[in-house]
Amino acid sequence: MATEGRLRAKTLVMVCLMVLCANVGDLMLKRGMLEIGAVQLSAGALAHAFRMTITNGTLWLGILFLWGFMVSYMTVLSWADYSYVMPAGAFGYALLSFLAVLFLHEAVSPRRWIGVALICVGVLLVGQTKPRTTEAAREALA
Amino acid sequence: MIRVTVFLFLLIVGSTAGEIAMTLGMKATGEPERLRPVELLRFLRKALCNGWFWAGIPLMALSFYALLLLLSWKPISFVIPASALSYVVGTFGAKYILGEQVSIARWTGVVLVCVGVALVALG
Repeated sequence: MATEGRLRAKTLVMVCLMVLCANVGDLMLKRGMLEIGAVQLSAGALAHAFRMTITNGTLWLGILFLWGFMVSYMTVLSWADYSYVMPAGAFGYALLSFLAVLFLHEAVSPRRWIGVALICVGVLLVGQTKPRTTEAAREALA
Repeated sequence: MIRVTVFLFLLIVGSTAGEIAMTLGMKATGEPERLRPVELLRFLRKALCNGWFWAGIPLMALSFYALLLLLSWKPISFVIPASALSYVVGTFGAKYILGEQVSIARWTGVVLVCVGVALVALG
């Protein structure tokens, strides 16, 4: 039982780290791509876009945060189910809406609140299941 | 429209296949004994020697570039709801490829998250 509790606690910590890094990273990527502009699908334009992406500081900052996401994601997947971690990570979308209201005083539409509620209920449902169900995991627990 | 559909397909399939390969690699690596920097570095070094990890990288890179291109063509309020389908595709992958036990509660949660993400991104 203590092992189960410890497993849940460390999974929660890593998922929170994942959510934080992924959200900040995605925002930086969007900002970086806005700086670059729409990319056309031709060899010359793609080569130019590639040069622009590897020299854009905002994109590199985003990549740094996504690297943090990657490390926490890899670590949590070493013990927890993929089908547990993946939906739990979606809590970030709900969190962003709360932060937008609390700190940016943005107006959030009823549709978005319904989405936030569905994510919260969905994450709670997934969170109630066992973080790992595979054979190897059970052997490790034994 | 066709190029958006193709790149959306690449985004969803690339990310799901890449993450499943990554999960196989991490399970083979085994969890770090403690979450301390030295142990984490040792864990990462071991993970970097795993073939599944390297199989996942190009697939995830493919989905990453598909995401960047989609974001340059379409607003985020279109790209994220459309890519939310990867939660369902990923759960199928977890069940049939990774052999995870996906209970009714977990399936319900995944579908709620998928619809919820789409609604939030639509604004």
